[in-house]
Amino acid sequence: MSEACFHCGDPLPPHPPPPVIINSQPKPVCCSGCAAVAALIAGAGLEDFYRYRTAAAPRPEPAQDDWNAWDSDKAQQPLVRKLDNGHRELVLLIEGIRCSACGWLIENLLGQVPGVQQVSVNPASARAVVTWDPAQVPLSVLLRKLDHLGYQPHPLAPGEQDSAALREQRAAIRRLAVAGLGMMQVMMYAVGLYAGAIHAGMDPQFETLLRWVSAIVATPVALYAAFPFYRGAVRDLRAGRPGMDVPVSLAIGGAYTFSVWHVFIGQGEVYFDSVTMFTFFLTIARFLELMARQRAGRASIALGRLLPATALRLSAQGEERVALAALSIGDTLRIRPGEAIPTDGRIVSGRTHVDESLLTGESMPQARQIGDAVIGGSTNTNGAIDIEVTQIGADTVVASVMRLLERAQAERPHIARLADRVARIFVVTLLIAASITGAIWLQIAPERAFEITLAVLVVTCPCALSLATPAALVNATGRLARDGLLVARADAIERLVRIRHVVFDKTGTLTAGRIRLTDTHCFAPLSTEQSIAIAAAMEAEAGHPLARAFDGQPRHAEVKAIESHPGLGVTATLNNQSLRLGRPDWVSELSQSAPPATDAAASTIIFLGDQHGLIARFELTDAIRDDAAEAIRDLRAAGVHVSIASGDAAPAVAAVAQQLDIDDWKAGLDPAGKLALLETYRQTAPVAMVGDGINDAPVLAGADVAIALGSGAAIAHGNADLLLAGERLSALAPGLAVAKRTRRIIRQNLIWAASYNACALPLAALGMIPPWAAALGMSASSLLVVGNALRLSRSAS
Amino acid sequence: MNILFVLLPLGLVLLAIAVIAFFWAVGNGQYDDLDSPAWRILLDDESKPPKDPKDSP
Repeated sequence: MSEACFHCGDPLPPHPPPPVIINSQPKPVCCSGCAAVAALIAGAGLEDFYRYRTAAAPRPEPAQDDWNAWDSDKAQQPLVRKLDNGHRELVLLIEGIRCSACGWLIENLLGQVPGVQQVSVNPASARAVVTWDPAQVPLSVLLRKLDHLGYQPHPLAPGEQDSAALREQRAAIRRLAVAGLGMMQVMMYAVGLYAGAIHAGMDPQFETLLRWVSAIVATPVALYAAFPFYRGAVRDLRAGRPGMDVPVSLAIGGAYTFSVWHVFIGQGEVYFDSVTMFTFFLTIARFLELMARQRAGRASIALGRLLPATALRLSAQGEERVALAALSIGDTLRIRPGEAIPTDGRIVSGRTHVDESLLTGESMPQARQIGDAVIGGSTNTNGAIDIEVTQIGADTVVASVMRLLERAQAERPHIARLADRVARIFVVTLLIAASITGAIWLQIAPERAFEITLAVLVVTCPCALSLATPAALVNATGRLARDGLLVARADAIERLVRIRHVVFDKTGTLTAGRIRLTDTHCFAPLSTEQSIAIAAAMEAEAGHPLARAFDGQPRHAEVKAIESHPGLGVTATLNNQSLRLGRPDWVSELSQSAPPATDAAASTIIFLGDQHGLIARFELTDAIRDDAAEAIRDLRAAGVHVSIASGDAAPAVAAVAQQLDIDDWKAGLDPAGKLALLETYRQTAPVAMVGDGINDAPVLAGADVAIALGSGAAIAHGNADLLLAGERLSALAPGLAVAKRTRRIIRQNLIWAASYNACALPLAALGMIPPWAAALGMSASSLLVVGNALRLSRSAS
Repeated sequence: MNILFVLLPLGLVLLAIAVIAFFWAVGNGQYDDLDSPAWRILLDDESKPPKDPKDSP
């Protein structure tokens, strides 16, 4: 990773801009955008961001330039809360927050803007609350600042501010608190009851008091904190697949009901201590699992935000910004360069190049002119265009991809989890054993029947069993995160073990998804640097879609009279010499020479020339990621078959496949085609899909294990089991190894839990274990299982 | 020991108040972010004042 950008972690281009100085150390950067952001951060005294961040920062690619639209009161009206002192408050969803340090950086940089009263960022939900004084600073300044930092802000309407994940987390914390506080109180009373029982001298009125108080405190624990277990048990029973929740509910619900009954009739044992402790430990396990899941899913919060919130509609009265929902077919919309296209339509004026790479996998921006169709969700890279709306809402291409996605999700393959299968057998055996024990003891000694049945339920309580898998998975999740693989769905680790075939998307996955200058060849006396500088100046000024390839290159200052010729290239003058940059035949026409031959099908080749001949040849390619070859070699070494499924044209895919030595590749696939291909692959072996785009989302949803790139579309994240942070493909093979070790640990844990139960069950059934000893044994067994799982966190394999 | 008949219910009332206060704090968003406070303490200690006085509010 030495040749990576210090700011965004992308590989460096062949001619990177000069390094930036951070903490008096020169650090390499990949482009002028990253350089500017790094310099801004250093200039504000916030270099610590780089020390404490746990993930690379997003690469700044400011695209949307119409933030000014947010300054009008009309646009702010539905979203902004006006405070009494004239200040305004707005909730933003911020894309690109990858770790806590990002939140800190945003708070500090925005907080330094004069007029900003308060900024508070919650990295977990990617939401920021901003309070500012509109008299001192317009909203657009703040939004633009975020955008330039590489974080895309989305103002949120009041209804969208509470995410479902947040509500789930809040409920879990409340249940945890109730269970914890209740357990501590009940334990305290239980000590009094036990002490009284040992001395046998306790006044019955105090015993009754302690029993009643215990019952009151245990009630919210058993009814509120343990509610998710009952809900899970009912769901499992309805589905006919009894899982862990069934015996847990029986033990908690049964012990609580009998204890309350005994309190009412004033005799018999109470088990409120066991009820509350059991609930608390299980609630902790659930809570940790939830936290791990949410942490990994953080990057995917912006799910479904493919389209801009508003569109610029042209009418007889002029331009007006309207909400997307207010559009109707036949409306005319104006789309400025750099904006996302809000809906499907046909160009009625202007010409441009659109970037559809996330939707179709096409790596190069596509030329579009009057009469051509454009797809909602793609980006208008250069010229301003007016489009007539042809499809809205459910009829758009994006909506059809979403439908395909929903179908794939519904039909998602479900490999039964090891623990689930074991648990089902276990739970059924346990329930049968408990009822037989109860029935027999009812014959022998009815007064002891309940106590012994409860001991059987508690001692064999699948606590260790229920911890066996989550404890291992939580540790494996932490381990994988350190390796650059974020786990979004915990059970994906178990599924990862079975993978024998990995399918890669091409654009944005095996390649960086961005056109870069990969090769320069000079014909004239000019140096490579000089010709690049001339080309960079011409491209930058012309706003050509290929200009991004020259991003970050120094620009020649003397290039004048730059003019763009759509479809051909750019003209300019330098020292009174006229220059052309663009298509080979057009450039050679200037010097009346024969057009040079070009053969590289996978790249775009442009030439620079003047009246005397050609000056330089630039090869612009969506370059293969540096670690792609290594990743594929490691995967093959692990016995995994590798193939490519791409939406891009065949020559481009073939070139990449050849470079990476992959024989099995398919090109020109639409999302449905990819899904169908995946289905055929799945006939032979479980398949993992690695992708980044919107067009990959349905395939990801249909794969046994879906792996998305951290830089990809939000919707791809939403369907991924695993996220490759830092875009390191080479993290895949080590991830596979960790998954295998995880399975081994889970097996060991399950075997331990099962043998412990096999020993304890007969003893409990014979009435030799009182409930308190059963609870102790259960806890010790659980600790052992957790300790074993902790071994996964160690780095040695 | 009859004081227990006062103290235990009093303890229950205090417990209820604690739970209500905690629920309020959760609903108020104070427990929404469980990760950053751990980092924040490190970051705030180390950060330097802005070098450019024009940048500061």
